[in-house]
Amino acid sequence: MSTIESSTATQEPTPELRVVEDATCTFCGCVCDDMELTVEGNRITKAKNACVLGKAWFFNHHIEDRPEALIDGQPAGYEQAMDRAADILLSARFPLTYGLSDTTTEAQRVAVAITDWIGGIVDTTTSVCHGPSGIAFQGVGEVTCSLGEVKNRADYVIFWGGNPAESHPRHFTKYSLMPKGEFVPNGRKDRTAVLIDVRKTKSAKAADYFLQVKPRRDFELAWALRALANGLELDAATIEETTGISLETLEEVMEGMKRAKFGVILFGMGLTMTRGKHFNSEAVLALARDMNKHTRWNAKPMRGHGNVTGADNVVSWSTGYPFGVHLGGGFPRFNPGEFTASDVLARGEADAALIIASDPMSNFSQPARDHLEGIPSVVLDPKLSDTARTAAVAFTTSTYGINTGGTVYRMDDVPIPLRPAFESPYKSDLEILRGIESRIRQRQLAGDVAGQSTGGTT
Amino acid sequence: MAEAFILIPGRTSRQGTTLNEGKYTDGYIEEISTLQVAPEDMQRLQLVDGDLVRVYNDVGEFTVPCKSARGDELPPGMLFISYGDNSSRLMGGDTQGCGMPDSKGLDVFLETTPG
Repeated sequence: MSTIESSTATQEPTPELRVVEDATCTFCGCVCDDMELTVEGNRITKAKNACVLGKAWFFNHHIEDRPEALIDGQPAGYEQAMDRAADILLSARFPLTYGLSDTTTEAQRVAVAITDWIGGIVDTTTSVCHGPSGIAFQGVGEVTCSLGEVKNRADYVIFWGGNPAESHPRHFTKYSLMPKGEFVPNGRKDRTAVLIDVRKTKSAKAADYFLQVKPRRDFELAWALRALANGLELDAATIEETTGISLETLEEVMEGMKRAKFGVILFGMGLTMTRGKHFNSEAVLALARDMNKHTRWNAKPMRGHGNVTGADNVVSWSTGYPFGVHLGGGFPRFNPGEFTASDVLARGEADAALIIASDPMSNFSQPARDHLEGIPSVVLDPKLSDTARTAAVAFTTSTYGINTGGTVYRMDDVPIPLRPAFESPYKSDLEILRGIESRIRQRQLAGDVAGQSTGGTT
Repeated sequence: MAEAFILIPGRTSRQGTTLNEGKYTDGYIEEISTLQVAPEDMQRLQLVDGDLVRVYNDVGEFTVPCKSARGDELPPGMLFISYGDNSSRLMGGDTQGCGMPDSKGLDVFLETTPG
């Protein structure tokens, strides 16, 4: 880091200017760790190497003048707010912990522990993102690799149900299309790219083949490719009528897939959020598995948030399951649809919520939002989100990766450290969650709570 | 008169940048409140950019300005809107037992509004 300071006796001191090298951007799952941030006082004014989304992330998470917390909409201090948060969570019969995709691994661990102590459900934004893929992993497995292997080896890349040009702007240049790698020394020229989507998005310009699949027919398309991978004959008219893609095109793509040295399917919400959901993810993962009869193929989900992959890892190593875990019986139970946040809210089952680093009031289904608005919630967020506005207790937190350090996981499960740029007067998620946990445990150990859980992971 | 369409909510760069600026900023609200319609459908329905249209299904509805999609980005019969409050209003609670509500490929009706 370099530091430049200047001031004169007759002027306000200019803000300290620092450069933070190798900082980590946590806006999307690319988790680019080559950021060069110029920090003036408590603002980031330049973010070299950041994409348009990263720049927006760094430039708009400065210190806002807000109270430490709000209790029922009124300003409050952290201590009082943590007391109230513990009250709410201990009083609940079916509490839900949700979110966790934009916070550190260290904070995620404590969130799981709290949920265990209070006997609730812990679910993460995975359940409305690649949860279906998580279900599919359990069914057919995941033939996987790191993004470094994609960069250095992949010569055939299929983007399916995603628009990386807008959702992961540096993915093409940093990992999957452009970079020169150990075994792809000519970069883009050594690669064939296929985009499969219902819309001809900006990403289509980057691809050699654009396959415009009919809406809600990705499952059929994936199974058509599986059939071709396994040497089965298909009826051309049926395939084109069903999928919108000619059999001739699919056969050409399959020939290319078989000739590849290292292929990868990078898939997104176009598969998980539409008809078929986990069956779509399963079909694509199985296709990658099938292709390994011919050559090396992998399939990887494109993750949207900076540490949603961390949430999968933490919840998995803590409970044995990746998301949607019920801890109320003193042991973990996993059943998507029964213990996932969308469902326990939409069915009106959860009676309190602890929402960390996410904004379900903006993004959940209408029935889930209607119910969430009516139950007491404890919310941790650097911004006054829709979810924070409806909370019984809303904590203002520092921003991970900008104000606080810790660990996050890139979309390929590689853990990466954060290098914060400037300090914040606000507490981190980790500090607040530890405060809530200690209050919960003090009261439980004092016998101050009816029906206390016997569980706990810390 | 209402016509059946398929709605695709999704991420855009502008939705991603403006949500950092704030979900109450004009930029974010405009981005999540603009419905993209295929040029052929705009012409057929005699719509111009900025006309208000009502989109609804059995879960909810929204009324927003429409605009023509670029070139051949959207096929006829398909609509696109950035993820946000409006798209969430049309998402029902049923996840078919997998935790994920129907969030893309939604059957909806589009109605042009007078004036």
